[in-house]
Amino acid sequence: MTVAQGARISLLVFVVAIMQVSAFSSISIAGAGPDLLLVTVVAVALLRGAVTGAVAGFAAGLIVDVTTLGTLGATSLLLTLAGFWAGRYGETTGRNRAHAPLVATLAATVFVEIGGYTLDALLGSPVGARSVMLALPSAIVWNALLAYPVFALVRRVGGTTERSDRAREVELLV
Amino acid sequence: MLGVNLRRPATGKPPSRSTSAFRRRVVVGVLVLLALVLITVSFRKPDSGPVASAQSSAATVLRPFTIAGERVAQPFRDVYAWADSLLTARSDAKKLRQENAMLRQQAIQNQFAANENDKLKALLAFRDGPRFPDDYKGLAAAVIARPIGSYAQDVVVAVGSNDGVALDAPVVTEDGFLGRVTRVYSHSARVTLLTDEQLAVSALDVKSGASGIVKHGRASASTLIFDRVPKKLKVSVGDTIVTAGWRSSRLASLYPRGIPIGRVTSVGQADTDLWKQVQVQPFADFDRVDAVLVLVRKSRQP
Repeated sequence: MTVAQGARISLLVFVVAIMQVSAFSSISIAGAGPDLLLVTVVAVALLRGAVTGAVAGFAAGLIVDVTTLGTLGATSLLLTLAGFWAGRYGETTGRNRAHAPLVATLAATVFVEIGGYTLDALLGSPVGARSVMLALPSAIVWNALLAYPVFALVRRVGGTTERSDRAREVELLV
Repeated sequence: MLGVNLRRPATGKPPSRSTSAFRRRVVVGVLVLLALVLITVSFRKPDSGPVASAQSSAATVLRPFTIAGERVAQPFRDVYAWADSLLTARSDAKKLRQENAMLRQQAIQNQFAANENDKLKALLAFRDGPRFPDDYKGLAAAVIARPIGSYAQDVVVAVGSNDGVALDAPVVTEDGFLGRVTRVYSHSARVTLLTDEQLAVSALDVKSGASGIVKHGRASASTLIFDRVPKKLKVSVGDTIVTAGWRSSRLASLYPRGIPIGRVTSVGQADTDLWKQVQVQPFADFDRVDAVLVLVRKSRQP
């Protein structure tokens, strides 16, 4: 990844994080709204790999926790793990698969919703499991709708991993 | 050719995808550990200590960006609200006309009652607790951020301790009670809404005087329940529920008396229950909070 690509991805993650907390979080239909930040982190991870995904997730979570005056590190933890997993999925099973953005987004949405609920319960802010379960389908639909457009946007902004990561050494055993 | 190693030329720096498994694990391990440390420190000392001051400073730095984001989004929100209101405009107008006629009658009666009340208080030298809105001034503030998560019931507002906001300050909108301040920094504050499962407010029925606790309802995030109302007390559909603002020796409610909360939409009671089952439709729209009033107590006149 070049410096310019890194800078563009950082700027994108920052802008999306700010827009998420100041604009998108207020949208709620059927109990949930779009989580543009999560979808962006997943797209970055799929296109740039697990390490970049984890770092982007951590930074994005930190911005969210700071701006919402929440428990510092809580969103970072969830987005770091979501970014790392999505990156590994993109590097292995989901590599070059057309459905990878959708599958990774759906899995990350379920993980973040249930993980957030669990973390809140551990930190002494229990929320009824019913509320989370009722909101989950709506969150899944919202994020699924965003998956492909955001993936295309992130690919345009940050580019994709070069194909130079093929094995550089082969041994012929004929 | 057998057993011969063929080397491909490397093309540029190896991207993160090709980093070794060890490096990858170290990076994610460090980030997770850092997040856990931050959670622990932030959870233990949410309002003091180096992490809290760093968060406060960072929030101040990011505040212009969140305000800018809020301003960019506001026109779109207004358009949505306008389109949404068009759908219900006709029925709303009819309902409001009826309500207006009823309130006009009620206002005249209330004026008589208030005058009589003032005279009686003066005769008794009655000492009262703080009342809303007379004993409070409202700090108007825009909502600049909302936490992520479908069940999060908090908002961040653009006023903080520098503006006079204190922890536990009540927060209202033009419609009614909204919540209370649960975290304060120099230029921003976090408000937990009444729809949060951890918040409850002592309240009373204006008409019958029945008292209880208003808290988050189970049916949906935007409904409330008026709980702990004894069965023998009377509560009717359409009654207005306001904050009770009680005072008991050294203890006093965080909220002043008389902030409107909502209207009773259903009342039920089962033989096996200790309390009435009362549902309340809040006056404030918790889903569309753009601006709030943080109530700050006026200094008492000598």
